[in-house]
Amino acid sequence: MNTTNELKLQFDSKSINEGFSRVAVCAFVASLDPNIEELTDIKTAVSEAVTNAIVHGYREKEGKIYITVSIFENNIIRIKIRDKGVGIEDIEKAMEPLFTTSDDERAGLGFAVMESFMDKLKVSSRVGFGTTVTMEKKIRGKKL
Amino acid sequence: MSATIEYGKKEIRVYLDGEIDHHSACLIRVSIDEAIMRKRPSLLIMDFGKVGFMDSSGIGLVMGRYKAMKSVSGRIRVENLSPSAYKVMKLAGLERLGEIKQREVV
Repeated sequence: MNTTNELKLQFDSKSINEGFSRVAVCAFVASLDPNIEELTDIKTAVSEAVTNAIVHGYREKEGKIYITVSIFENNIIRIKIRDKGVGIEDIEKAMEPLFTTSDDERAGLGFAVMESFMDKLKVSSRVGFGTTVTMEKKIRGKKL
Repeated sequence: MSATIEYGKKEIRVYLDGEIDHHSACLIRVSIDEAIMRKRPSLLIMDFGKVGFMDSSGIGLVMGRYKAMKSVSGRIRVENLSPSAYKVMKLAGLERLGEIKQREVV
């Protein structure tokens, strides 16, 4: 697959940036003319991944979050969200619905939302080095 | 994000306005819980009519208020959800905790 367009973002792991990051990603993919449902799906999935990086990856401490959005020829977008936080020991367990390590009123549904709103989800992580979430979605655009 | 709280005789209605994420949910839940503890209503209605965006933090917000209402022996109802917010709530199975209603399409 050939990339036709790419965006790279780097920002501080502050919760105030959750809103900015999801809007920035959506603004970038807007060139593909996605429908409102697709935009909302992407916005929600990005919000979940960035929140995970802030709350779990960095445990609310300062760090950087890196997002790469790639657009491919066949209207597929790939969003990579990376942190250099604590990493995930057991990825399978972390991806179980309702599982959370946070007591701060998190529902434990972040990965479940990403999975159901995007076409593909891949999580790779190394304890002590950080986590990368990669998501893909095909943009079909306007519904007739 | 803002929350306007309206007090009835036995119920409290909360009008949520704006985007609900981890950042904003942390800010508004305190004021809702204070209202619950002070008034001890039998019903809490959370109105999502003016919520433009919601991620799974909205689920945490509802689940947390469900627990708070349970502690005062009350119920919870969620109203005026957008189709996508409704999708997120259903994913979490929140209809088991209380009544969940979608926004009427005009």
